[in-house]
Amino acid sequence: MRAVEIAGIGLHPFGRFDGKTVTEMGVAAVRQALADADVDRRGFQAAFCGTAYSGVAAGHRVLDALGATGGPIVDVEAGCASGGAAVMMAAAAIASGQYDTVLVFGMEKMPKGIIRSSFFAPWQEEAGLSPAPAYFALRAQRLMRESGVTKDHLADVVVKNRGNGVHNPDAMFRKEATAEDVLASRLVCEPLHLWMLCSPNEGAAALVLRAASTSGGVRVAAAALRSHLPGNVLSEATPMSGLVDDDVTPATTLAADAAYAQAGVGPDDLDVVELQDTDAARELLSYEELGLCPIGGAAKLLDEGATRMDGRLPVNPSGGLLSKGEPLGASALGQLVELTRQLRGDAGPRQVAGAKAALGHTVGRGANASVVILTR
Amino acid sequence: MADAVAVHEGLFTTEPRLIGGNCAACGRHQFPRGPLCPYCGSDEVDEALLSPSGTLWMWTAVTAPPPGYRGDVPYGFGVVELPEGLRVITRLAESDPSALTFGQAVTLQLVRLHSDDDGNDVVTWAFG
Repeated sequence: MRAVEIAGIGLHPFGRFDGKTVTEMGVAAVRQALADADVDRRGFQAAFCGTAYSGVAAGHRVLDALGATGGPIVDVEAGCASGGAAVMMAAAAIASGQYDTVLVFGMEKMPKGIIRSSFFAPWQEEAGLSPAPAYFALRAQRLMRESGVTKDHLADVVVKNRGNGVHNPDAMFRKEATAEDVLASRLVCEPLHLWMLCSPNEGAAALVLRAASTSGGVRVAAAALRSHLPGNVLSEATPMSGLVDDDVTPATTLAADAAYAQAGVGPDDLDVVELQDTDAARELLSYEELGLCPIGGAAKLLDEGATRMDGRLPVNPSGGLLSKGEPLGASALGQLVELTRQLRGDAGPRQVAGAKAALGHTVGRGANASVVILTR
Repeated sequence: MADAVAVHEGLFTTEPRLIGGNCAACGRHQFPRGPLCPYCGSDEVDEALLSPSGTLWMWTAVTAPPPGYRGDVPYGFGVVELPEGLRVITRLAESDPSALTFGQAVTLQLVRLHSDDDGNDVVTWAFG
């Protein structure tokens, strides 16, 4: 199998851009990535486009605008992990020798407000059984009961990530938040307040992947995608029922274990992590599910300051989804753009000194969880 | 007196009891009842009226109406454990999370969601 490297990165900022189409955002990110890789618009053999809300042939519309069609263009929908799924397929195609250079991009223009999808039946919406923040709240409550997490910890996650986001010009929210601000924001679903929830929004990101030709480049050491196992009523699959069984391995752990094995890199080897912080509790749960700390150890890891910029394993230096917002199809690729900058040493005021191994993680609807490990 | 109409057919009886399924092959329960067992894939799923009594496992309250919802806010939302070894996502009769405790006994009831265009009460299930 051939090694795969990231040859180019591109990003359209995450936020709200009235009057701008999702295609325009995708074009902007793709052009940047091609220029960064010094690859011509016809210099890739295939394209995978992560998106959930952009409609039929969304990837084609972007590459049509660039005059870059002719090769296979495949839209990939895997919920919040759509971008990670696209990377997995592109990296596998290069590693196997099918293609030498593949364009991966993701984009979204999300409806405003609570994320609505075609996932739930109309009666479930009518009966009030569909709101995403309520499911997040149940997971948060479980973490509070089983991992010593308090509402103050949830506020601290927001303070940390918003503090990081101040230094990210591509983020939606660039103002520091205090714990008092967070706890004073509107209560959405106990224990989650408004500022503990990320905002669905708009944006695009792109990567050019190719067979590794240079030493010292940023390598895709692993890209894994997994779905849920049945039985956990609180899984991101959001079933109407589950079993009284607390030993169902979460999708994130399945993906992480696969990625660690593929990369030959363990959680102790990581220097920087971008992970799913759809809500503040999800960041803490991700610490545990990714093996960054033992099960039940999330509050302690946060309290130690380990995941702050000056800690031993900075998490979400970009500001995370809590600062950037979440354009579903672009969010995993946005993480990988950030982590590539980190490994290149190009992250400016957000730079994690000497970063050599990085992990990007997304999880959501499906359930789908993706874990991508980059090394240099 | 308005008639009561279920928010969806096949979820609960008027007694009320939740209409679940029980897999003849592996013995596991499910709710709602589907044609196949989600755990072993068997198509031998028998109808099983689930216990109307359970214990509270997780809970919150929804404070703003989500898209497509046609009822009042706030409303309780959570997970109830049933003796069949099942955890069920459910609406809760209590909408103040601070009034609820882990493991408390709860009983199935039907609650009104809203009135439909014909003036009938649309009802769903809740534990309280």
